[in-house]
Amino acid sequence: MKGSIIILFFFVLGLLSGIYQLLPEHLLKNDYSLYALYLLMFLVGIGIGSNKKSLQIIKKINFKILLVPLSVITGTYIGVSIFSLIQNHLSLIDSLAIGSGFGYYSLSSVLISEVTNDTLGVIALLSNITREIITLLFTPLFARYFGKLAPISSGGATAMDTTLPVITKYIGSDYAIISVFSGIVLTVLVPFLIALIL
Amino acid sequence: MIPVLILMTAGIITGWIFHKKTIFLQSISKLTNWAIYLLLFLLGLAVGANEQILNSFHKIGYLSIAITLFAVAGSIFTAWITYHLFFKKKGERNER
Repeated sequence: MKGSIIILFFFVLGLLSGIYQLLPEHLLKNDYSLYALYLLMFLVGIGIGSNKKSLQIIKKINFKILLVPLSVITGTYIGVSIFSLIQNHLSLIDSLAIGSGFGYYSLSSVLISEVTNDTLGVIALLSNITREIITLLFTPLFARYFGKLAPISSGGATAMDTTLPVITKYIGSDYAIISVFSGIVLTVLVPFLIALIL
Repeated sequence: MIPVLILMTAGIITGWIFHKKTIFLQSISKLTNWAIYLLLFLLGLAVGANEQILNSFHKIGYLSIAITLFAVAGSIFTAWITYHLFFKKKGERNER
């Protein structure tokens, strides 16, 4: 939660600097964000590769545990596909790309705005932050009425870190490994799925 | 997009090689946060300078929340099926 507030703070700071033109114009015209994105992707990769939990978890992979991230992807895509049918602002492709963030708002928003346009990037940012907030707020409810995998599924990529504490609190620590595993798989897949869709 | 994927894969390999260097990894984690802040600042900057987006910001907000509700509902639905088919132990009842 603290993380998303800091991120929103920087986004709003940028927003205000853009509106009131506080920064020299060449900053706006040159696309520095692409190089920052390249750096970020390399750093994110290091984070994933060095994650001690992910090393331990690879040893525990079995058929059943793989079904969890798979059902998150399938369910998210079913949901956003239905959404794309009932309104005419976001196309199927756009909706699938936004859904492919799985709550990983920082990366998905930047990637999507780089490949398509800033409007879609902003929607990805707000949508995926909302996904994290919904998970933090409604995990007790989800766990109670839709089974122990529901909060993991709702959390998506965030189930490995930001929403993990609240998830394990309500579904028990024996499901923590599944939660972390699903979150890691989805985190790794975010850039690949976005690239595949757009 | 391809350089992005190559760089991430290179990062994963680098991270795996250095996964015991705690101090190195701590500084990487800090740097990652600042790279994210910078990128979101730049996204904000681009949006702030774009009147078209600013004028439709309320619509964008509603769309974002609406699509998320569908994404979460869909994924909870499949999670519920997966849970009942493969995870729920026999005789275990929903704790209501």
